[in-house]
Amino acid sequence: MKRAPARGWPSTIIGIVLLALMLFPVYWMVNASLQPAGNTLQGGWFPFHPDLSGYATALRDQGRNLVTSLVVALGSVVLSLAIAAPAAYALAQFPIRGTNLVVFGILMTQMVPSIVVANALYSAYNDLGLLNSYLGLILADSTAGVPFAIIILRSFMQGIPREIIDAARVDGAGRLRVFRSVVLPVSRNALITAAIFTFLFAWSDFLFALTLTTTETVRPITLGIYQYIGAHTNQWNATMATAVLASAPAAALLIVAQRYVTAGATSGAVK
Amino acid sequence: MSKAVTRARCGERLAQWMFLVPAVAYLLLFFGYPIVKNVVMSFQQYTTTTFYTGAAPFVGLQNYSKILSSDLFTKALLTTVLFTAGSIVGQFVLGLAFALFFQRRFPLGGVLRSLLLLPWLLPLVVSGTTWKWMLDTDTGVLNDALRGLHVVQSGIPWLTGTSQALVSVILINIWVGIPFNTAILYGGLQDIPPHLYEAAKLDGAGPVTSFRYVTWPLLRPVAGVVLVLGVVYTVKVLDIILVVTGGGPANATETLATQSYELSFQQFQFGRGAAMSNILIAISLAFAFVYLRANRRARNV
Repeated sequence: MKRAPARGWPSTIIGIVLLALMLFPVYWMVNASLQPAGNTLQGGWFPFHPDLSGYATALRDQGRNLVTSLVVALGSVVLSLAIAAPAAYALAQFPIRGTNLVVFGILMTQMVPSIVVANALYSAYNDLGLLNSYLGLILADSTAGVPFAIIILRSFMQGIPREIIDAARVDGAGRLRVFRSVVLPVSRNALITAAIFTFLFAWSDFLFALTLTTTETVRPITLGIYQYIGAHTNQWNATMATAVLASAPAAALLIVAQRYVTAGATSGAVK
Repeated sequence: MSKAVTRARCGERLAQWMFLVPAVAYLLLFFGYPIVKNVVMSFQQYTTTTFYTGAAPFVGLQNYSKILSSDLFTKALLTTVLFTAGSIVGQFVLGLAFALFFQRRFPLGGVLRSLLLLPWLLPLVVSGTTWKWMLDTDTGVLNDALRGLHVVQSGIPWLTGTSQALVSVILINIWVGIPFNTAILYGGLQDIPPHLYEAAKLDGAGPVTSFRYVTWPLLRPVAGVVLVLGVVYTVKVLDIILVVTGGGPANATETLATQSYELSFQQFQFGRGAAMSNILIAISLAFAFVYLRANRRARNV
């Protein structure tokens, strides 16, 4: 987009300073994670002698929780996309009566606090034996991913030219076949964006982990961190190392899939 | 119309609906059911005993009257209003400032703009934990720096002082929310036709005048959506407050959302927790109405 006049490096320098201020907490988290054990008062503003003992402790205590988070987040991606992709296609391309009602319902889900869902699910899960289960968390965590994925995918699929779909239908392909071999491949980028965000939503979940698990068997990393600080530990380096590990997916996805993340950040709301 | 055609039509419609069935079922089970269940629960005495005996007697409006008559409710409502207003104003103003800054074209602008998304992408528990550590009265880096610069003699109790704690969680929440506001507002700025700026320039408008007469009027629909979405999301903020202060000190950072959580999952008064979260939904619904109107306006631009 060429609109504003190009400015030179002074703006870049201002930008870097602003970013450094905004991202200082992230730097501080990494710095604290590399300090030796104990209360890090003696730790400096820069980890001159990086000490990995915090990471050793974190992996020992929280390694299993990291795997749990990964399982739950990946499960939520699969479930959310499996539910959202066909629905988004129907809402985008079929002249179904009731489309507006469903879309309205999806917008309304944004108003529902997670605590309302947790409140009701706790007793339901208690009856169904879904407390402390991967499936229970995957289902609950997808409450953030499903509406978001439907909104993003629908706004993309509305732009798919009818001719492509009609041509496939004329060739005798059934509705499912068109969806699988025409619509999904064309929507690849939107699917990646939706997958990234459903992953991050589930990975970041804290409330469902807090309310729908009671034992250590299925414990996401976010809850692991919370219990670290609850224990009034003076192992701040291990706590911060865990925080760094829990931030890794978000940071990695931002770097590797910058285009998709930026697309998701802007299209999720105003469409 | 022959029967065969009608049947084909029906089959067609059924096939189309099949694509929607899983999503509708999911939304009904995981949003519809909880909302209904919460309304019912809020009129019941629903406690831990319920889980053993299955008994949840209806108590009419008792849960609501208990909540509304407690001193804590008034305090939590006021805190919710302050927390939301403070967060929204801060996020919006700073988010807009960032968006305007990134509208300039300069080397590395795009990279810096996407790096700014990081605070928004991190798990809130991580952000909360990090800030808790930075704002610690004795060992936190902020007081460390302030002491080093001789701004203060002894550390400010950012999270343990009753008057400071709310300001601290608002500032943290602003930090979390800036990237989202910047991303959406930047998108809105990109949609303003450049020739309008050129025309304003020809008329001798400076940056302030052109912001006032070109940028702001055209950005207003998007700004409305961002503000209302911001309110809807901020009213229900839970993670940050639970992690950073746990609602303390002396209930200084208790909001309706944290209250609802504590009633249900710490005092096991599920009926009262449900009543509290229904009040929260009612507040969100009022804003939802505004949001949908703003959304309709934004679409017509």
